[in-house]
Amino acid sequence: MSNLAPLLRVKNLRVEFPTRRGTLVALDDVSFDIAPGEVLGVVGESGAGKSMTGAAIIGLLEPPGRIARGEILLDGKRIDNLRYEQMRRIRGKEIGAIFQDPLTTLNPLYTVGRQLVETMTTHLPVGPGEARRRAIEWLELVGIPAAAQRIDSYPHEFSGGMRQRVVIALALCAEPRLIVADEPTTALDVSIQAQVIALLKRLAREKGTAMMLVTHDMGVIAETADRVAVMYAGRIAEIGPVREVVKHANHPYSAGLMASIPPLDRRVERLAQIDGAMPRLSAIPKGCAYNPRCPQVFGKCRELRPDLINAGTTQAACWLYDTEATRG
Amino acid sequence: MAAAVKRFFDSDLWWSFTRSPVTVLSAIVALVCILGALFAPWIAPHNPFDLASLNLIDAFKPPAWEEEGVAEYVLGTDDQGRDVLSAIMYGARVSLIVGISATLFATFVGVSLGLLAGYAGGHVDSVLMRICDVQLTFPSILVALLVDGITRAALPREVHDQIALFVVIFAIGISEWPKFARTVRGSTLVERNKEYVQAARVIGVPSARIMVSHVLPNVVGPVLVVATLNLGLAILSEATLSFLGVGVPPTQPSLGTLIRIGNDFLFSGEWWITIFPGIALIAMVLSVNLLGDWLRDALNPKLR
Amino acid sequence: MAEAPPMFEARDLARHFDVSRPFLQRMLAREAKRTLRAVDGISFSIPKGTTLSLVGESGCGKSTVARLSVGLYGPTAGSVHFDGRDLAEARALADQRRRMQMIFQDPYASLNPRWRVADIIAEPIRAFSLVRTRGEQENRVAELLTQVGLSPLDGQKFPHEFSGGQRQRISIARALSSNPEFLVCDEPTSALDVSVQAQILNLMKELQQRLGLTYLFISHNLAVVRQVSDRIGVMYLGRLAELSPAESLFRRPRHPYTRALMEAIPDLDMTGRERIPVGGEVPSPISPPSGCAFHPRCPLANERCKRERPELMPAGDAMVACHAVEEGRDDAMPMPAIARDAA
Repeated sequence: MSNLAPLLRVKNLRVEFPTRRGTLVALDDVSFDIAPGEVLGVVGESGAGKSMTGAAIIGLLEPPGRIARGEILLDGKRIDNLRYEQMRRIRGKEIGAIFQDPLTTLNPLYTVGRQLVETMTTHLPVGPGEARRRAIEWLELVGIPAAAQRIDSYPHEFSGGMRQRVVIALALCAEPRLIVADEPTTALDVSIQAQVIALLKRLAREKGTAMMLVTHDMGVIAETADRVAVMYAGRIAEIGPVREVVKHANHPYSAGLMASIPPLDRRVERLAQIDGAMPRLSAIPKGCAYNPRCPQVFGKCRELRPDLINAGTTQAACWLYDTEATRG
Repeated sequence: MAAAVKRFFDSDLWWSFTRSPVTVLSAIVALVCILGALFAPWIAPHNPFDLASLNLIDAFKPPAWEEEGVAEYVLGTDDQGRDVLSAIMYGARVSLIVGISATLFATFVGVSLGLLAGYAGGHVDSVLMRICDVQLTFPSILVALLVDGITRAALPREVHDQIALFVVIFAIGISEWPKFARTVRGSTLVERNKEYVQAARVIGVPSARIMVSHVLPNVVGPVLVVATLNLGLAILSEATLSFLGVGVPPTQPSLGTLIRIGNDFLFSGEWWITIFPGIALIAMVLSVNLLGDWLRDALNPKLR
Repeated sequence: MAEAPPMFEARDLARHFDVSRPFLQRMLAREAKRTLRAVDGISFSIPKGTTLSLVGESGCGKSTVARLSVGLYGPTAGSVHFDGRDLAEARALADQRRRMQMIFQDPYASLNPRWRVADIIAEPIRAFSLVRTRGEQENRVAELLTQVGLSPLDGQKFPHEFSGGQRQRISIARALSSNPEFLVCDEPTSALDVSVQAQILNLMKELQQRLGLTYLFISHNLAVVRQVSDRIGVMYLGRLAELSPAESLFRRPRHPYTRALMEAIPDLDMTGRERIPVGGEVPSPISPPSGCAFHPRCPLANERCKRERPELMPAGDAMVACHAVEEGRDDAMPMPAIARDAA
């Protein structure tokens, strides 16, 4: 997949929040690509900046947050400096967004069908009749039983799991080339979660849609993503193929994070834990942000901030993989 | 204590205050009004109620900058030779006392009943909220007029005149409490279901204690906003009642009384007798309301 | 050992909620009253010093059981017993109330934002008059903060100065401050990040060993439950589908719902297995299906399952409420991959 030209390219993205006590850097030097048909999982603790990365891409950073440096390119064209109106058009047509809470996306006053039809007639060259036919198809595709009857229902007439599927249909119906999904399954029960994940996976595969999947659920990442980015304190700590990152992480933080997941297949007396807590944005330590918690910390980590370096199977922002640093 | 003061000047609230010029201006105007009213007996140029110092020759003097004005009476004098500026300062004093007392009274009643309704729920809630609903269908000035009318009819004239100030405070306060009760009930319903309240219930903390020590501190924010906005309204209600002649006794004229008295001379050319008290009233109410608006926005995390 | 009463026992416990619309609207629309059977007749007991977990999807009634077991709700039917006493009777006595505490799910809502941490932790100490002087209270709070891995200096701060995991530690310190013996934990880690979850679960296990605590642990996460439980109850729509020793539940899940639930969990080891979603939706507890509530989603359902509600019956070392298991028809449904791998 990586031989294709990337659909989304994020280069050295830096997001700042000016506050009265100085400027907080919420994202710093974040770079990654997503190829068509590829699913990039973004994981990390709350506050690590994973949702903010998604918000920056779709142009919905909450003020006073702003992109201070870096570029976001969709299919080679910059989209980080577009006006609100231009971005809104791209958001409907080129980028589909799925949020954790379906109620923020659906308009409670319109029927589900009307919302789907309007989205399609706005962004695709189809008439209302054709759009309605396709709307029913989409609802069937996301697993809504009796779609032809339920298309004229209002959002509140659907259960939580059903609503999330409607949101997915809404995000997909304009056939965007990129989907940014922020915790799309967190509010759902496992049994429903599995259905939704299966659907997203199938779409990425069949339609060649690129997807950025933000979640804290490592299980969802393990079965859905092709590559994973692990974020810590506003930066990417490690990025690489999913199997490598989940099973043989190179960065000590990713390794610790994966080890702390309780195993389902056995009982352990004591779970592996990372002591301490992620630093606040206002108190990020000097050097590597993870150094106070890192079991393998050495001198350089406390002084200099590591960039992503080749760590064999993955790229890790860790001095352990810098041959000169370990020698010296 | 020093630490608390330091925390206040370091707080987001103080910060947002200093960032809003309109709010700072309102605060200055409000402060001038309040201080002027509070210290009227010491700083007013004349005592308008000291009959001995009144001189009918000085009656109907226009403001100082007019042709016939004299420097002694900056804002002119009324029909009895009273200094308008001094009358305004003494009048604002009465208006503020009534406004603040009525608001405190309404806050106390409204917050208590709102807490009770929200926390107890069920029938207590239904009954209290229906009373609110009914009362809110009357304009509050009508409720105040009603209370005033009843007390006037029930009490002998001398007794009524003696307690007239309290009657007005009660009348205005009782007409405003439902707003507080509704606000507090709404917030209480949210707080009641929060887990920290349940944690207190698990260890068996009595309901009254939970209401006062857990729920109350978490609902004061909105109450403060309603109280500030209500203060302006209460001052206006008092002015309206006094303008209609049913408010405070004429021996203690408030701004409303001054406006009413001056109103008689408006068309004979002595405009200053009514206009200046009017401006004072507007300045006071507007500055308080602007402060209330700012407080509402500053305490609303969504707008920050 | 066998003579001692269990720390906690629920007998045919039920809790129904009236979810009808307000009286006037209901009359105008000519609607009948509507009852939500959140918990509909469950029985279990927890021996002292052990952990029983209740798992299930949202709406299965597990959180209602948690609230029933500390008296935040009263039961509609059945009874709850605390150390051999009826719960209502025990709750009336301060020295019994002191012995039970609860830890909540949302670390952002479970601490009063206007109180200092020291006051939050000291609330139970004061409520039960456990110390005599202010100094003793301060010492006790400092000791509790240290016990949960925080600094005694943290007592002077307000809750908003802490992260989610630290707040959950404060909640635990508050719960421990009355020297309880029985802790009800309602999804204590589901609002936390995994790395923090591990910290909290380790802390809870440590405290249990050190203080001999009894836990009723509520969770929707089977992997978490496996780490902490001695016994596990699987709930579906207000009833227990299966009640089993923890290890045998994972070695040999018997109820079709338990099996489906395990099969639906994502495969973190990436052995390449596809997870198999449970078909259909969780029905509404306001109008549950007839007979066995799981029958519309169950691959083993037959006529009897639609008609007759199954009771918990012994099956091996577990208790299972399923006609198919009782009749020995359950072999038709394959064991989930997790159980197969273990065997």
